[in-house]
Amino acid sequence: MYDLLTNLLGNQIVAYVIAASLPLIFVLTFVLFAVLAERKVSAHMQDRLGPMRVGWHGIIQTLADMLKLLQKEDIVPEGADRPLFNLAPLLTFLGTYAAFAAIPFAGIYVGSSTAIGIYYITAVSGLVVAGLLLAGWASDNKYSLYGAMRTAAQIVSYEIPTAIAILTMVMVSGTLSLMKISDMQTAHFWNWWILGGPETGIVKFLLIPFMIITFLIYYISSLAEVNRTPFDLPEAESELVSGYHTEYSGMKFAFFFLAEYANMFAVSAIAVTLFLGGFHSPIGYLGHSLGIDWLIPVEQFFWFAFKGTALVFVQMWLRWTLPRVRVDQLMVICWKYLIPYAVVNLIIVGIITLL
Amino acid sequence: MELYDIIFYLIALTVVVSAAIVVGSKNIVRAAYSLLFTFLGVAGIYILLGADFIGVTQLMVYVGGILILLLFGIMLTNKVYSVDIRRENSYIIPSIVIVGIFAAFLIFVMTETNWVTADPTFPNTTVFELGKTLLVHYSIIFEILAIVLLIALIGAATLARNDNKER
Repeated sequence: MYDLLTNLLGNQIVAYVIAASLPLIFVLTFVLFAVLAERKVSAHMQDRLGPMRVGWHGIIQTLADMLKLLQKEDIVPEGADRPLFNLAPLLTFLGTYAAFAAIPFAGIYVGSSTAIGIYYITAVSGLVVAGLLLAGWASDNKYSLYGAMRTAAQIVSYEIPTAIAILTMVMVSGTLSLMKISDMQTAHFWNWWILGGPETGIVKFLLIPFMIITFLIYYISSLAEVNRTPFDLPEAESELVSGYHTEYSGMKFAFFFLAEYANMFAVSAIAVTLFLGGFHSPIGYLGHSLGIDWLIPVEQFFWFAFKGTALVFVQMWLRWTLPRVRVDQLMVICWKYLIPYAVVNLIIVGIITLL
Repeated sequence: MELYDIIFYLIALTVVVSAAIVVGSKNIVRAAYSLLFTFLGVAGIYILLGADFIGVTQLMVYVGGILILLLFGIMLTNKVYSVDIRRENSYIIPSIVIVGIFAAFLIFVMTETNWVTADPTFPNTTVFELGKTLLVHYSIIFEILAIVLLIALIGAATLARNDNKER
């Protein structure tokens, strides 16, 4: 990808900048539609219609909202620490966007072909916590600070089951590179890791139930990591106004929103890459059977976006179905259920792979 | 200057400036957030030198772990962030003399040493070699370190436990 762009443009720096901003285009388009989708999904689940005025069935509602946010006055509270207040949304989005550098979108496009992709992603997600804590503190508002504290406690706790679930997948696949993990699950859907991966014989059938458990543990804890209901305590509207971004308005608020939706896609993309075959098609490629080479990357990108969006839809579905958990329940779910199950699961999967 | 050099100097500048802010800032939260950029810069330098695993571990341990704990501690402590940190200068002349001698010594070593330059080809990844080294050659040390950390954790939990029976 980099070589192609360098040859095309003749300049290394320009090529790198363009290659690095490709996921940004995807993220912005995704957020534009995800925000609308969330409103539509919530509306239909509550027997309403949702936004209907702007465009056909409100299809360009988000664009109108964005224009409104752009024009809004940028309010900084009087007691706020101005430089830190301005830094917080940027830091949050930086942490989210950094994760996209190692996610393979298609066979030909991955931001960085580093061999330690998944480890890198787990590490940079720490930046998001720093950004959210900063937002809560710099706002000089007790609700914001409560929200930030909850976020930090929640994300730090749920990083453990997430990391153990990822470790399980790293152990069975034997690599940290997301590209290699994707390529293991090529061809058909029975090669997906959730269905035992490319193993053969009895090992595959023994692995299936434990892979499903790993997937569920990862999915539940990733919901908590992106602060989605039932784990949206950091921005619980009924208790904390809206948590760490209470004081933010205009474009800075838009940045938090962008980071939240981009993060939703990022965790779904990791789940897709680890368990659901990555960018590979479950039923074989049209490009192969027709003999058109350039169609394959397009198909791969389509499948990747499709699977990722499907998981994001499940996140929205859960949000409008489940009630919020209490703080003590949140910690009980993490420390008494998810972590012990994840550890036992890790050991069992280890024994199976030795067979 | 090549791209590599430009990136190196950008990162080095970030590290130096943010480290200076850590030392000089009166506001403890600002100092903590400057430390974040110092850690990020150091991780960047590690990755630039081809030590990808060490670089990401730096991010994981310092940014994801230590810094968050530090911030948590600062923000949970009542009113600690509104107190100005004391930054008085005492013994200016002796400290300048000592720092000057030390700097001269370091510069002398840096310029006079016949540095051995390593093979400039970067390894594609360091994970496999690191894993083999840690779990084959130094496995006992690795396990002992894990037990030391476990003891530290148990000790911290015991110390932090609120014993209600004494009241």
